[in-house]
Amino acid sequence: MKCDVCENEATVFLTQIINGQMTTVNLCETCSKAKGVTEETGFGLAEAFLSPSHRTESDSMEIVCDSCGFTASQLKKIGRMGCPECYAAFRDGLDGLLRNMHKGTRHVGKRPSSTSAPPPQMLPRQRTTTVKEAPSPAPAPPMPPVDVAKLRAELDLAVKEERYEDAARLKSEIESLQPKASK
Amino acid sequence: MMRFATLIKNPADWMKGAGPHSDVVMTSRVRLARNLRGYPFPGFSQERQRIELLERARPVVEELPEMRDGYSEDYTELTKIRKQVLVERHLVSREHAARSSGCAVVVDRKQSISIMINEEDHFRIQGIRPGLNLTSAFEVVDRVDTELEAMLPYAFDPKLGYLTACPTNLGTGMRASVMLHLPALVLTEQINPVIKAIGKIGLAVRGLYGEGTEALGNLFQISNQHTLGEAEPEIIAQIEKVIEGVVRSEVTARAKLKEDHETMLRDQIGRAFAILRYAHILTSKEALNLLSMLRLGADLDLVGNCDRSLIDMLLLEIQPAHLQLSAARELSPEERDSMRADLTRARLQSIDGPGSFPTSQSNPGGTPSTQNDE
Repeated sequence: MKCDVCENEATVFLTQIINGQMTTVNLCETCSKAKGVTEETGFGLAEAFLSPSHRTESDSMEIVCDSCGFTASQLKKIGRMGCPECYAAFRDGLDGLLRNMHKGTRHVGKRPSSTSAPPPQMLPRQRTTTVKEAPSPAPAPPMPPVDVAKLRAELDLAVKEERYEDAARLKSEIESLQPKASK
Repeated sequence: MMRFATLIKNPADWMKGAGPHSDVVMTSRVRLARNLRGYPFPGFSQERQRIELLERARPVVEELPEMRDGYSEDYTELTKIRKQVLVERHLVSREHAARSSGCAVVVDRKQSISIMINEEDHFRIQGIRPGLNLTSAFEVVDRVDTELEAMLPYAFDPKLGYLTACPTNLGTGMRASVMLHLPALVLTEQINPVIKAIGKIGLAVRGLYGEGTEALGNLFQISNQHTLGEAEPEIIAQIEKVIEGVVRSEVTARAKLKEDHETMLRDQIGRAFAILRYAHILTSKEALNLLSMLRLGADLDLVGNCDRSLIDMLLLEIQPAHLQLSAARELSPEERDSMRADLTRARLQSIDGPGSFPTSQSNPGGTPSTQNDE
């Protein structure tokens, strides 16, 4: 098992239950020393690692879904999401994952019809307010905001790294977006 | 609502009816994965959340026009054997049957639509048709889905489509699969290249009961793996096209077997019939494999007075839970093997069996030695 901070082999494992959720932190010898992990202070460690400030510190640190408390490492472990909102929480890196699984990364099939959007009062009580999906896409559903510039950057990188299959796909993705974007 | 006994007493619509290419394609199934906004997926939810969703959704599902007067059961009310019977009838998945509290299944009267609540996703809507008919199976589930969507707030994202517990189902949430009977491709050892070719174009090949199961009885399931980036009709058209190719290969292989190796073929079918007709102990595996040969014989008119649907019914009836259901108690594997043989002998009484002589008597000298030996 790899260290959660660097790429070394982890030798220190900490498991804690916080708010009913089990969290595990794996560290190598060096990092555990650097973070001051000793028998006495070990208990607060997972919390320190999972605090928002720490999360912004390092990209590899735990992202948690606000809605259901599912963590990125749980996703990695079981390959499934915790709730529909997880797709927004774990959006980063999702495209890469989906690309390996599917024909594309964009849904082109059936959509719920606009008339069927439930009235808001039908929604169950929910802790989160970050429901991203539009409840009722118009008859001609607006394209989701896509960062063409970001795609271009990905394309450049793909070309540089000689991943031509990816490059071709990105190119057609950009092309497919542009006429609509310019409207 | 319908009682379990009433549901199971009657063969499902798809067991009786013959569909396109029924000689090779047993069934076509389409399932849609759907979830509600605001609830965690079943695998990550607490029991009380699953029960809350179930109590909210089940009445809605039961009231759908297609499901009215159907069968609906909470899993806490079902015995292990009954759940397993539903699995053997392909009405629920093995994974779903393993669950209990907070789970339910609703089946229509004809057993052609089943809706699992709190499987891996909140809803798994499944349609099943005889023969190669994915389009018709899709139309049914599509209609049910549209009705359900009007009453429940689905988790849908404009870019990602229907949001599912597993990203492999994202987008359409649709899995279209066909069950194929391919004895000739197996006998002629052409099956492996066929499976490889199918895998290369992004379709999955599995055994009788899905992932990780053995291809008993020469039965294979083929289904799509990609659910995102293609529309439902495209996915279905692609599978149907591939399946038509596989069907052609199987039909050609059968014709060639009959043409070039008639004696061997008759021998295999004759032996299969003899064992099935007279054995007193039959394991599942042996029975499935022998029934496969008998089905091939019936399809090639090598077995007299043998209706294919009789064999297809037997393929179901001899399975462990069906046997235990009819015995009305749990049976040990040994008891099952003996009951399976009893049932098979009884059912095959009405069949004339494979003819004693080849239909084509053009080369009676073809197998002189065996005749002279007597």
